[in-house]
Order: sequence, then C-alpha cells, then structure tokens
Amino acid sequence: MIPYLVTPIILPAATAAVMLLVARDNLTLQRIMGLASAAGLVWLVLQFAISTLPRAEALGNWPAPFGIVLAADGLTVLMLGLVAALAVVVLLHVWANGEDKLGASFHPLFQFQLMGLNGAFLTGDAFTLFVFFEVLLIASYGLVVHGGGAERLGAGVRYVVTNLVGSTLFLIGLGVVYAVTGTLNMADLSAKVAMLPAGDAALIRVAAVMLLMVFAVKAALVPLHIWLPGTYAAAPATVAALFAVMTKVGAYAVLRFGMLVFPPGVAATGSLYADLLLPAGLLTLVVGAVGMLGARGMNRVAAYAAIASTGTLFIALSGFTAVSTSAGLYYLVHSTFAVAALFLLADLSRRRGARSGPVAVLFFLTAVAVAGMPPLSGFLGKLLILQARWDAAPVVWPVVLTTSLVMMVALSRLGSDLFWKAATPERPAPATLTAPVLLLLVLVAMTVFAGPVGIALDGVAAALHDPVDYIATVEALK
Amino acid sequence: MEVLVAAIIGLLTAAGVWLTLRARSFDVIVGLSFLSYAVNVFLFASGRLAPGLPPIIDPAAAGYTDPLPQALVLTAIVISFGMTAVLVMMALGVFLRTGSDSTGPAAPDDERKEQ
Repeated sequence: MIPYLVTPIILPAATAAVMLLVARDNLTLQRIMGLASAAGLVWLVLQFAISTLPRAEALGNWPAPFGIVLAADGLTVLMLGLVAALAVVVLLHVWANGEDKLGASFHPLFQFQLMGLNGAFLTGDAFTLFVFFEVLLIASYGLVVHGGGAERLGAGVRYVVTNLVGSTLFLIGLGVVYAVTGTLNMADLSAKVAMLPAGDAALIRVAAVMLLMVFAVKAALVPLHIWLPGTYAAAPATVAALFAVMTKVGAYAVLRFGMLVFPPGVAATGSLYADLLLPAGLLTLVVGAVGMLGARGMNRVAAYAAIASTGTLFIALSGFTAVSTSAGLYYLVHSTFAVAALFLLADLSRRRGARSGPVAVLFFLTAVAVAGMPPLSGFLGKLLILQARWDAAPVVWPVVLTTSLVMMVALSRLGSDLFWKAATPERPAPATLTAPVLLLLVLVAMTVFAGPVGIALDGVAAALHDPVDYIATVEALK
Repeated sequence: MEVLVAAIIGLLTAAGVWLTLRARSFDVIVGLSFLSYAVNVFLFASGRLAPGLPPIIDPAAAGYTDPLPQALVLTAIVISFGMTAVLVMMALGVFLRTGSDSTGPAAPDDERKEQ
C-alpha cells in the first residue's frame, strides 16, 4: 500500500512533539529520533516515486475546490527527495560536530523545519502554501539564532523583518487572487484565471507580480537578496547547509505558479513571469559572482555562491520550455548539494585546522562543482542551461561564462587563503568528513548517471508544462 | 463604505511602511503590526463588503456574506501574532546584548569579526 500524502508532514511534526515530551534532556535520543525521522522521509519519498503520479488527497475529505487538497506530481516528489536526503546528511554532520549542543531544541526545530518544507511542496492550495511558508520560517528563525550571540541575533532580526514584510505581500497577493477568481485551490485557479474577463486582467497581473516578489524574496533574487548573505554567514554552518534548500522553495513556488496558475499561454498574464525572471536571474548571477569575489571568509563566499546558483537557476526557469525547465531542475538538485557541501566544509576547515589535507581535497572538489567546471555535475548543469537558453544566447551565454570565470577566481583565492596562509584553528574539535563526502558522492552520481537522471527530469518538466493530469486528479476529489 | 475601508487600508499600510523603514526595532515591530492590520482588513474586503449578513446558514437570513475570508483573516491574525511575539523576543535579545536597537544593515565591524 502506498502511504498517504500527508505522512511526510505528520512524521516530522509528531517526531518533534515526542522529542519535546520524552527526550527533552537526552541529546542522543533526540539525534537518533531525528535521523530516524529523516530516514523515514527518504523511505516515504521512494514509495511515492514508484507509485503512479500525480496523486491527490482531500484533507478531512472536504470536496476539492473548497477543502484543502494535497497533491503530488514529479516536481513535488523531487523536492521532497531533495529535502529528505539533505536532512539525513545535515543530521549526520550535526551528530559529528556537536553544533546541536550549543542551545536547546535544535532537533525539534529541525523537524518542524522539515514539516514546513514538506508541507509547502505537497499542498495544492495557495493559502495553505502561505501557512506552510510561515511554519518553515518560524522554525528557521529559531535555527538561525541557534547558539545565540549578538551577531547571530542581529542577523536573525533582519531576517525575520524581511520575511514578515514578504508574508504581508503574500497575503495581499492572495487576497487579490481570491477577490478576482473566488478560489484559492491551485488546480481550480488554473481554470479560473484562464477564463477571466479582460477587465480583470490588470488586477490579476498585480497579484501575479506580488506573488512573484514574495517568491523572489524566498529565492533571494536580486534586488530582494539582501537578507541572505548576512543571515547565512551568521547562522550555524549546519543550519546554513540545510538552508541551501530554502532558496529552492522560492524556485519551486515560481515553477508551480508559473506553470499552473499563470502559464505563458494565459491571455491575462502572458509572458509576464518570463520577462521579469530573465533579467532578474542574470543580475542575480552577476551579483552573486561579484559578491563571491568580494566576500571575506568562507561562510560569506558560500552565501554568495547560493545567490549565484539562484541566478543560474532562474535563467533556466525563465525559458518556460520543457527543455529549459528540465535543465533548471538538474541544476536545482546539483546546486542544493554543492552549496550545502560548501557550507559544511566551511565548518570543517574552521574545526580541523586549515592545513588539513582531506578538507583541502574536498574543498577543491566542491569548488569545481560550484564553479561549474568539468568533470562534476555543475559543468553538465550549466551546459544544459546554455543549450536550453539558445534562444536568448546573446545575453545568457556571456553572463554565464564570464561569471563562471569570476567564481573560479573567487574560489581559488579563497582556497589559497585558507589552505596556504592560514593560522591555527579557532576551536580545534573533532568532526568527521562523512557528510561532505556523501554530498560529493551524490554530485558524482548525478554526473555518472546524467543520462537516466535527465530522462526522468524531462518527464517531470513535460508534466509541469502540460498539467492536465494534475488538474484532473485534483478535480476528481469532488 | 468602500471609500472608508479603502482609505483605512491605505492609511494603515502607509503608516506601516513608514515605521518599518525607520530601522529601529520598536518602530519596525509597530510598523509590521500596522501592516498586518491593513492586510487583515484587506483580506476581509476580498470577499466583498456585505454588512449585516451572516456567514453561516440561517433560515431567516436575507443573504450571506462569504465565510472564507473570515477564516483566512483568523489564520492570518494567529500567524502574525506568533511572528510578532518571536520578533519582540529576538529584538529584545539584541538590545540587551548590544545596547543597539538598529535593524538596519550590519556595521562594517561585524564583518571584520567574522574573519
């Protein structure tokens, strides 16, 4: 039997609650429960992946456009898998480096974060998407300031304020959407937005841009990226590694709304999303690469690498063709693991001392992946994107290629600073290399099995561009 | 009545934006509260303004108002309440540790410390 779609939300929520009740003072038990929950999520995702997609469920059995719907298609399962795999690796690293001892409740907050992420990917209802955004944000507020300290708290306050303004915009956008269409179910919206009278086109365009701005804040698209470098650099390294997937929530939401609710074929919005996302993506990539060059300290370089990866991703997604979306999804998976590995190595290089040989080797491999050099998956991802955006080649190619060079220079400089000139480590502490090695193995696997992975992602992208199955599955819940 | 509601939403939003941009924690928290009030009234209006009509089934009612925005506003109020509480605690923490209530960009010193 295939598990219910709601289980990836309930499992971490229940784990967090049980942790708080029975394992408050027992860190080992919390670690075991956290890892068990993350492993359970991996198993659930595998179950979903072999089942027939898309699937939908009506929560509380309320009929479709009125009740809350959970729906899963290829994109949902891909994102759930990304979160579950990253969660396992990050929890292994936390176990090794003991960052969870810095303050109370790291593991419950981590589980609530997973619950929010899974919920955001599973929901088929725009307002529930807002609610799960808030769940994942409130957990992330706790994680950002985990361990305390004035600098972390200051960065945390700026992060919270930015996201609260974002949430306000989200609600205004949803209010306009509801006022114009009378529904918030995404599959139902897809039909209603296509049928809007010409008089409402201006209103729905305003709502579309407001929602895009919210997702751009989450994804850290320039000029709404300003919250990211300070927050990620100040957050504990393991938390920052998990946050590598947080910017992807914004990308996911843009894909979902851009394909289902405001697809390029709809008269009211047309190519609005594509027109805005291409320049924003190019600018983000440039700012990210220049930021990497100008940043001091490995955490900050990794934070700007996250921004640059968002830029590259949105250059691909703004193509709005099945080929470009498939290339974007490949790069999305690659960049999540590559940036997470960079954050974990920042932590390791601080703990193990900068002259540690294994750390230097891992850093070199990760830098190759992040900058997009052969032979790792970053190169394939960028190649696929360049190929898919042949239509906009005069702007896309020079920017992507030049920024790759800038990123190489930035990472080489960082490497020579860290491994050739460095002094003694701040706090020498044992920490194993397991987690970054695992992440790099995933990248190697993505490179070796690029063919089958590409075919699977082509299928996901094709389903996104022609969401009739998704809509029919949700509407069958009447 | 539409004009009155629209003017109130506009006024609350303007006050909220202005206070949020002052980049001091107390002003920002009050500003964000104003913004969330504005959003709540706006969400309420998104179901059309229908004074004096019940949102639930009642045999004696002449008509109904849309109950969904009321449910949305309730959710939004609860969430913004929780978020404000978190923000107040964090802002207090910063103020007690650093003596500064600025929510603006980090001073250059902060970046040097990270090195």
